[in-house]
Amino acid sequence: MTTGAAGGRRVVITGIGVTAPGGPGVKNFWQLLTDGRTATRSISFFDPAPFRSQVAAEVDFDAELLGLSPQEIRRMDRAAQFAVVTAREAVEDSGLETGELDPYRVGVTIGSAVGATTGLDQEYRTVSDGGRLELVDHAYAVPHLYDYLVPSSFAAEVAWAVGAEGPGTVVSTGCTSGLDAVGHAAELIREGSADVMIAGAADAPISPITVACFDAIKATTPRNDDPEHASRPFDASRNGFVLGEGSAVFVLEELDAARRRGAHVYAEIAGYATRSNAFHMTGLRPDGREMAEAIRVALDEARMNPGDLDYINAHGSGTKQNDRHETAAFKRSLGEHARRTPVSSIKSMVGHSLGAIGSIEIAASALAMEHGVVPPTANLHRPDPECDLDYVPLTAREHRTDAVLSVGSGFGGFQSAIVLARPERSAR
Amino acid sequence: MRGKAVVTGLGVAAPNGLGVEEYWRATLGGRTGIGRITRFDPTNYPARLAGEIEGFVAEDHLPGRLLPQTDRMTRIALVGADWAFADAGIAPGDLPEFDMGVITASSSGGFEFGQNELRALWSKGGQYVSAYQSFAWFYAVNSGQISIRNGMRGPSGVVVSDQAGGLDALAQARRQIRKGTSLVMTGAIDASLCPWGWVAQLAGGRLSTSDDPEHAYLPFDARARGHVPGEGGALLVLEDGEHAERRGARVHGEFAGYGSTFDPRPGSGRPPGLRKAIELALADAGLEPDGIDVVFADAAAVPELDRVEAEALAGVFGPRGVPVTAPKTMTGRLYSGAAPLDLAAAFLALRDQVIPPTVHTDPDASYDLDLVGPEPRPAALGTALVLARGHGGFNSAAVVRTATG
Repeated sequence: MTTGAAGGRRVVITGIGVTAPGGPGVKNFWQLLTDGRTATRSISFFDPAPFRSQVAAEVDFDAELLGLSPQEIRRMDRAAQFAVVTAREAVEDSGLETGELDPYRVGVTIGSAVGATTGLDQEYRTVSDGGRLELVDHAYAVPHLYDYLVPSSFAAEVAWAVGAEGPGTVVSTGCTSGLDAVGHAAELIREGSADVMIAGAADAPISPITVACFDAIKATTPRNDDPEHASRPFDASRNGFVLGEGSAVFVLEELDAARRRGAHVYAEIAGYATRSNAFHMTGLRPDGREMAEAIRVALDEARMNPGDLDYINAHGSGTKQNDRHETAAFKRSLGEHARRTPVSSIKSMVGHSLGAIGSIEIAASALAMEHGVVPPTANLHRPDPECDLDYVPLTAREHRTDAVLSVGSGFGGFQSAIVLARPERSAR
Repeated sequence: MRGKAVVTGLGVAAPNGLGVEEYWRATLGGRTGIGRITRFDPTNYPARLAGEIEGFVAEDHLPGRLLPQTDRMTRIALVGADWAFADAGIAPGDLPEFDMGVITASSSGGFEFGQNELRALWSKGGQYVSAYQSFAWFYAVNSGQISIRNGMRGPSGVVVSDQAGGLDALAQARRQIRKGTSLVMTGAIDASLCPWGWVAQLAGGRLSTSDDPEHAYLPFDARARGHVPGEGGALLVLEDGEHAERRGARVHGEFAGYGSTFDPRPGSGRPPGLRKAIELALADAGLEPDGIDVVFADAAAVPELDRVEAEALAGVFGPRGVPVTAPKTMTGRLYSGAAPLDLAAAFLALRDQVIPPTVHTDPDASYDLDLVGPEPRPAALGTALVLARGHGGFNSAAVVRTATG
């Protein structure tokens, strides 16, 4: 192993930005989570009446108020707008003067599962004249349609916003994108390809095409009569996830450099791994083998044991198969410690924002360490008998948290795990 | 070979040839795959030429159940991966499942599949959207489907950086090999030749509007007026050098160096990043500029971008300091598939000691490039530099060399 806590350059989070349902900014986000409130509601962006699932976790987002210029708003898809606003919050939080850095040593990695899908949906409707034209009409296309075609434009926008000229890319591994983007960025700093990475994820998928595609496989919940309590991870009554949107972005730095400039360090990215189930594009095997392997390798890279974990931030999407798969993966990889460690799913409150949620969950994990509070799993009244861990039901819990495991599971079979820890901990 | 990442398998699907040898014969013969679009009627669009893959019949290669759930790019990618495994002389079952990963690039996902479902949604209603839409169009689909077909459970990933992503995928694959994975299927196959994809590409403002396949895509030519897009690319088996040696594999060459940068914000007054990316790739490979024997250019065929590339090459290698070629003049630009195809061409060039041609272009003398002309050029080749740039400012550079080099 050439990486890991004791293997050379170490990577820490020194800045956090969040744009999530419940209100933009880290402060609103953390308040929502620790209150145990939910931000799920009836879809307001369009008339959801024709659809099976009519609930979502929407962000009340005023781009102009949050500092975007009229031209930025015009050219960017909503998800790109999230990414830029959130990246600026993260940089400001870090206190880093990016103008004083060598721009070639600052990189950008943005995760997104479905890119500019909302912009593409709207534009297709126009250029096809409501689906009537098979040969869609280019005369009606917006000038920035190419930037919707290629979601790499998200990374470009963030790079411009922060003045980064180092390695830049979008990571798009479905619903693990947000976790993989941060893991990837940390690897770039460790290997020496960059000193600072602006890393995170953004998705804004609440559009008719996305709602329709999840309806088609009954992945989202039809609990339309009770939208505030529609996302029910680990509960026996759960019947699908609630679509969400948002972004979280981090400033990642090499530990010694962060200490030299007296930066506030939230957490070290101590270990990361991803594996594939090679089983099914949307299905999961109940035994959780591949996620367990990712967890094992991430802990190994962090040189930590299962007993070192204080909190597990679950994928917890609220589908029947996911929550059992994941519970099995925790038991398989952590043994008895799976039962002793609090586990929670913030998707119960902010929904499932596809590629963005992995980064939003890392933000929740880092804030749990910061405040010594573990966010709850809302709406969990009657656990599924096969989901028999401590899921921190309903109420946030004060709990000293020095090390966190956060996991993700996505369409395409991707299973990822990341370990955050205090840099001053003693590795095994 | 310890710590090295070597390419042992190539799977190629290009507009001028399906399969490695057919593509290479066509390329050395100067045969173009560019022509008028046949997939849909392009008459009323301002650009009408593309590099389409001909003769690919998915049913000949894939089980019927995969067809309704896959976009064209995914079908070609699944077959390309099969070919790469065959070329590497290894079957997925020969390795432990967690010891093989899949890391591909994509630029726009399964766009035609997405187009058809958007049409269903807006012309008929949400209940007509395919049950496969949730994954068939998204950027991760090729990595997911290749991993499933071949039982590959190791570290996988997907990068999106427009055309530069094709090299970024290789770099990420090498990273995983250095961390202990024995084999990674990597590269990219892209396709978005459908009316909806075409309109989106037109919005980028870089498509050639010429109707003459011999004058439409002319990088480094004073007449350059944009590019012709195409479909296809290459998948490569990247393998730990020691692992390849142990099993006695035939090695195409080493993925020896990589660098990437992002261009400064327009108006910043700072220089473009391509030169820096080249310097990083050379340093990573431990080579001086005179150690590079040939350059496979990005070849944007947009005057301003050609100028930036020519200046970067002259800055690093000196005026006319290294042979430069752009075989993509015979395929069109394949988005994330372009650079993996260039990597495949580079390995074949190393094998046969010949630089593939650049067709149709009459290079503008002011670029000061030693651009290889319409005939292949025999040369002593031990290394090659491959360049790829993505819309918005992505610059990536990769160095490959012969296994013994």
